[in-house]
Amino acid sequence: MSQAAATGFFSALRLPRLSALWLAAPGLIFLAVFFVYPVAQLLGLSIVDPAKGDLSIATYQRIAATDVYLRVLGITFKIAGNTALISLLIGYPLAYWLARMPEFFRGRMLLFVMVPFWTSYLVKTFAWMIVLGRSGVINNLLMGTGVVDQPLPLLHNEFGVMVGMVHAMVPLAVMTMLPVMIGIDRRLVQAAQTLGASPAHAFWLVYFKLSLPGVTAAGLLVFISSLGFFIVPAFLGGRRETMLAQLIITQVQELLNWPFAGALAAMMLAAALLACWIYDRLFGISSISGGAAQESRGLVRNAGLAILAGLATASAMLARLFRSLFGRAACALALPVFAWILIGFLVLPTLLVIPLGFTSSQFLDFPPPGYSLRWFQTYLDSPLWLQATLRSFLVAFATALLATCIGGFAALALANSRTRWGGLIFAFFLAPMIVPRIVIAVGMFYLFARLGLIATDLGLVIGHTVLAIPFAVVTLSAVLKTYDQRLDQAAATLGANRFRTLTAVTVPLVKGGLIAAFLFSFITSFDELTIAIFVSGGIKTTLPKQMWDDMILQLNPTLAAVSVVVFIVVTALLLIAERFRRST
Amino acid sequence: MTMNAPGGEAPPKLLVEGLCKRYGATTALDPTSLAVREGEFLTLLGPSGSGKTTLLQLICGLVDATEGRVVIDGRDQSRMPVHQRDIGLVFQHYALFPHLTVAENIAFPLKMRGRPSAEVAKRVDAALGMVHLGHLAARFPRELSGGQQQRVALARCFVYQPSIILMDEPLGALDKKLREHMQIEIKRLHRESGATIVYVTHDQEEALALSDRICLMNHARIEQLGSPREIYERPRTAFAADFIGISNIFRGTFATGASRIETPHGSFALPSDATPVGEGGALVVRPEHLRLGAADGGHVTGIVAEIVYAGSETRVIATLSEGATVTLRLQQGETVPELGQQIVAGWPRDKAVLVS
Repeated sequence: MSQAAATGFFSALRLPRLSALWLAAPGLIFLAVFFVYPVAQLLGLSIVDPAKGDLSIATYQRIAATDVYLRVLGITFKIAGNTALISLLIGYPLAYWLARMPEFFRGRMLLFVMVPFWTSYLVKTFAWMIVLGRSGVINNLLMGTGVVDQPLPLLHNEFGVMVGMVHAMVPLAVMTMLPVMIGIDRRLVQAAQTLGASPAHAFWLVYFKLSLPGVTAAGLLVFISSLGFFIVPAFLGGRRETMLAQLIITQVQELLNWPFAGALAAMMLAAALLACWIYDRLFGISSISGGAAQESRGLVRNAGLAILAGLATASAMLARLFRSLFGRAACALALPVFAWILIGFLVLPTLLVIPLGFTSSQFLDFPPPGYSLRWFQTYLDSPLWLQATLRSFLVAFATALLATCIGGFAALALANSRTRWGGLIFAFFLAPMIVPRIVIAVGMFYLFARLGLIATDLGLVIGHTVLAIPFAVVTLSAVLKTYDQRLDQAAATLGANRFRTLTAVTVPLVKGGLIAAFLFSFITSFDELTIAIFVSGGIKTTLPKQMWDDMILQLNPTLAAVSVVVFIVVTALLLIAERFRRST
Repeated sequence: MTMNAPGGEAPPKLLVEGLCKRYGATTALDPTSLAVREGEFLTLLGPSGSGKTTLLQLICGLVDATEGRVVIDGRDQSRMPVHQRDIGLVFQHYALFPHLTVAENIAFPLKMRGRPSAEVAKRVDAALGMVHLGHLAARFPRELSGGQQQRVALARCFVYQPSIILMDEPLGALDKKLREHMQIEIKRLHRESGATIVYVTHDQEEALALSDRICLMNHARIEQLGSPREIYERPRTAFAADFIGISNIFRGTFATGASRIETPHGSFALPSDATPVGEGGALVVRPEHLRLGAADGGHVTGIVAEIVYAGSETRVIATLSEGATVTLRLQQGETVPELGQQIVAGWPRDKAVLVS
């Protein structure tokens, strides 16, 4: 009797059943403290007078006073916009080509997009400097064959920046569009054709229309990512291609003018948010996270459909013309040929760096006059490089561990909860991917300066974890989405408690996804530069930071050797990660 | 049968000649020939992987044939691209365009044919009326139930009056009640439009209910072609007997010209019109022809293992030697034996069918 009463008492005392959503709490708190707070504070700082602490728009007045800042803002918008446009135009056919492949083959081909996507921006930019320089690969080739007798100005101008930006952003565009395209029911195109639509009409009126959410999402992501670029314009552009992020770095690092850097970062964030807002008005933000795009009604929609119909008729005529000019077989080859050329553009420049790492020359001539290991020797003999390498590995390892844990619980929470908050929380975890890195970095710099975390490994790990969490959450969510929840229920009915269910059933089954998330986080940290520039001070540098410093001073073959090391490490980890991701 | 196809002189609406499809070493369809008459409702019936969907896709041009011809209305259409063949296809999962409204979906084939907008509007209205969906014209497909979506898919196909309408398991995604309702709907549409329909299904009841003729397929070729009654009552192979309806099949041996078949369950009389060729075959007896007690065709002895009450009838399943079973279908009023009771079940000689 008393025992029954006691049981009743205790069960009444027991905490309310924890909703699965609580598992996301560590991640939410982490991002609130190290991502939302610093970014918000940065915005606040820009409207506070540094001397008196009052509200003031002095910094913004200074921005508006000289037209140099507005001009840079204009340039930044123009470069980001053009990059987005070109990346979409050339990325769409490649994504389309990949989407139509059988799944097995597509997995293989996708590596040609994944490897450039994950290759360090520094390595990619270094490669383009070698390819486009005055005595670079292209100019040597053109002069050697006598096509031109003066080297073409390919570097330190708008052309160089656009090549570098597009090269950096096409993989992102393709990888954003691809899932939407794969999700399109191919039978709809067949249905359109059985109903009398020519292949061109079926493509534009059905396939293209249905792929638009992916296209616009890719456009938005590329535009926002491009806003914060500084590596490419710093090395491939001239003075007239100076972008906003470069100004921010100068303000912080050389002029120590934090409020002004804050105001510039706030401007960039405002631009990014404005782009998001316009996007939401036009297309509905939910289509980014793969939700069903809202089908608008009324005039806009009819106009859109009419435009597509016009495009369809025009391209049907073009297709007929090309077919009569070049024959059916040649036209069928156009898409794969284009796709392979684009893959060459994405992959080859980076591969050029590899022989340069083994050059015997003092200079970065291509092709190398002879081969040796002397620059690897230089790298290995330099305590500076070795320490930077070691630090990068340690920081990346800690980051990967932390991000995988936080991301794993968050993904578990999202997979198990059926609340309407799920979508919002998912979007929040992706936010560090959407807010320009430079904004996060500057905000973190303020916070860490007060916490004494500047020039510490812990500061780097925290900063990199913020950036790695989105990748971990996306990877693990994808795995958990296909995970059969009934297995957990089965384990529970068979007598396993929550913890045992997790360790004995869930984790072993999603192991591949966990390892993939770990490796993606590792890579994110390993070649991260932006936060490293601000947070790793003095001699405590990471490998990318050391490369950046060297590249600013002077290009040398040691950089090529280091690039080879970075490229191989990242590519190897990526291939392993992909293998594990697929195995789940 | 609801309608009789015209006599032999009229050219077939659809003629398939030696059509075949191979993917490397795998054969999806052996060379197949088939003629479909104007206004006919022909069903391609078979288990999955039997080649029925391949045949359908070859007819409408979604898949290129390895060999053979597709002739529609006397014109060879084998090289014609999909969108220029005058064919309608109703897809298994409807394939409605998610970004277009119901009315726009139905208008799509008319617009692709460049019809004037006044005519489009009129015909869309008529098609919507035909499937009783006039009030849902402005909805998007995802706002409709499965049955409604299916009716939109049917309207989209009937609206442009294609020469031939192909349907690929169109009712596969619906529940049983709705499926039976839609079968009647399709029968009505067929009767009212007079369209020629080639229908693919793996559901034998559906095939029996709808078709003028059934083309039974197995292992990438035609197993038997005939009216539902012919196929049910006179199956030519054990597969045909087993696939359509419930069958009791007794395999055995005989000599050419003999009048009896020797099976592990006894020696049975062959039906009088059977022409035994070779050295063996199988005797098929439908459950409704089995009666308690011996008869002139033969009989088996077994133990009642299961009794299934199905309303209008009661099915009795009895175990024979070596684990074989027979099924009897007893009408209301007949005495039902008890579980575990030993019974003798026999059949009239001419109700049995000899198959290869």
